[in-house]
Amino acid sequence: MYTQGLDQAEKKEAGGAGKESAEQLAAFQARIDVEEKIEAKDWMPEAYRRTLIRQISQHAHSEIIGMQPEGNWLTRAPTLKRKAILLAKVQDEAGHGLYLYSAAETLGVSRDRMVADLLSGKAKYSSIFNYPTLTWADIGAIGWLVDGAAIMNQIPLCRCSYGPYARAMVRVCKEESFHQRQGFEIMLTLCRGTDEQKAMAQDALNRFWWPALMMFGPNDSNSTHSAQSMAWKIKRFSNDELRQKFVDITVRQADFLGLRIPDDELSFNEATGHYEFSEIDWQEFFDVIAGNGPCNKERMSKRRKAHEDGAWVREAARAFADKRSAQAA
Amino acid sequence: MRPEQTLTAYALRLGDSALILGQRMVELVAAYPELEEELANANFALDYIGQARLFYTYAGELEGAGRSEDDFAYFRPEHEFRNLLLVEQPNGHFGDTIVRQFLFDVYYLLVLEALTRCSDRRLAEIAARAEKELRYHLRHCSQWLLRLGDGTEESHQKVQQSLDELWRYTGEMFAADALDDAMRTLFDGPDLGAIAAEWHRDVAAVVDEATLSMPPEQHMASGGKKGVHTEHFGYLIAEMQNLPRTYPGATW
Repeated sequence: MYTQGLDQAEKKEAGGAGKESAEQLAAFQARIDVEEKIEAKDWMPEAYRRTLIRQISQHAHSEIIGMQPEGNWLTRAPTLKRKAILLAKVQDEAGHGLYLYSAAETLGVSRDRMVADLLSGKAKYSSIFNYPTLTWADIGAIGWLVDGAAIMNQIPLCRCSYGPYARAMVRVCKEESFHQRQGFEIMLTLCRGTDEQKAMAQDALNRFWWPALMMFGPNDSNSTHSAQSMAWKIKRFSNDELRQKFVDITVRQADFLGLRIPDDELSFNEATGHYEFSEIDWQEFFDVIAGNGPCNKERMSKRRKAHEDGAWVREAARAFADKRSAQAA
Repeated sequence: MRPEQTLTAYALRLGDSALILGQRMVELVAAYPELEEELANANFALDYIGQARLFYTYAGELEGAGRSEDDFAYFRPEHEFRNLLLVEQPNGHFGDTIVRQFLFDVYYLLVLEALTRCSDRRLAEIAARAEKELRYHLRHCSQWLLRLGDGTEESHQKVQQSLDELWRYTGEMFAADALDDAMRTLFDGPDLGAIAAEWHRDVAAVVDEATLSMPPEQHMASGGKKGVHTEHFGYLIAEMQNLPRTYPGATW
């Protein structure tokens, strides 16, 4: 699962630029241009490093926070098979978080630092996880729409210029596409079920459609980091291109399910071959990013509580390791 | 009780303890002290739930009344669940959950080992599969017991308290009832007397290495094996069963 937010964060990347010569920067760009992968120990511009740290850590945080809305239905999953599938999915997300933190660590930032930034509110995570999961159908909608949007975002990241991130994404994408199919299958089962189940599925689509479109981030005209990220081949497609691709694919899937996309303006343009849709409520998007979404406070307080409640356990593990290494010495 | 009824009831009882412990563990998702623990615990919970599904499915086949794994999990009232009281106890802090799992896993592994030699082939096969998983679980919680017991003063006290408080739910494991006896007589099932001795030896070894003390002899709580549960259990069941019971007949 994943995130927009990547083009948000700090207003301006600080530091480093002055020490970098034009020759260094040109040589770096030349490597990027011929599709060479940049590896952890290679020279890289400070802004490239910072952009990646921000993006990868936000991605990792999104995986971790993203465990909560789905975890909310683990105890209430309606069959044992669904319970096991959902648990395996949430576990995959913890795993994605783990190797994304590892990928970010190759850029010289510690996991402790990244976690501290998440807990202090300095670092962001995807806005989508600040929406509540109110019914079982939301678990289907998240798999179908949220993981579906994540895949759109992440497939191009498998070709990201930074090697460790690109390689992590290959594995993440395989698992995400599995999750997306599982989510769609939940929706399909509900849509073929009772009237109440179908209503549940429609309600979930109504609530998750627009937040899913927001996952691609602001319109290209308002996206602050896009141009540089494209030049560095961290990003391959613009926010709007990816969003359009998602809409084109997902509208057809909704038709197949017999569900209605909650957008009165939605129409197919024969000339362009694309669906046209209403303007996104950007005020809602910026409100959620600013911390005023329906569940921002709950998500953060649960994460902080888990971290604080675990402090004595981490301390004990450290003390134990110290004692054992002292004994071994 | 006919022999198949013995097997059915016994498979259900095994499934119940596995499911209820798994259910308690999924309550903790996204609340573990470290990311690595999230992964480990999701793995363990998946194993327990997977084992429950195998036991329930087999019980359904033996019973021959068309009941599925989900019928057993979602459509039985509290008193028909025969899990141990230990596994239904609320999560508490990390030390409580580790001790609960440790005390159960030592027992469960011994039972599974014995069942791999029982005369019912299918049950022996399920037990053999579960046994492999349990070896790994037990190693994991034993290591945590060592870290917490021999970690800091605070962790030592906390986990000693967990051990002392959960201890009263361990006696029930070894109190053989008619079903245990029938399983032993008819299918060469586990000898709970022998298992009790091994359990005490195995538990004492880890407790000792963790610099903790074995709790004193005390009154033991019981009831889970005959369907009389603690007050916590009703909430767990209500939450778990809510959706299928709210929409009876629906397919999910």
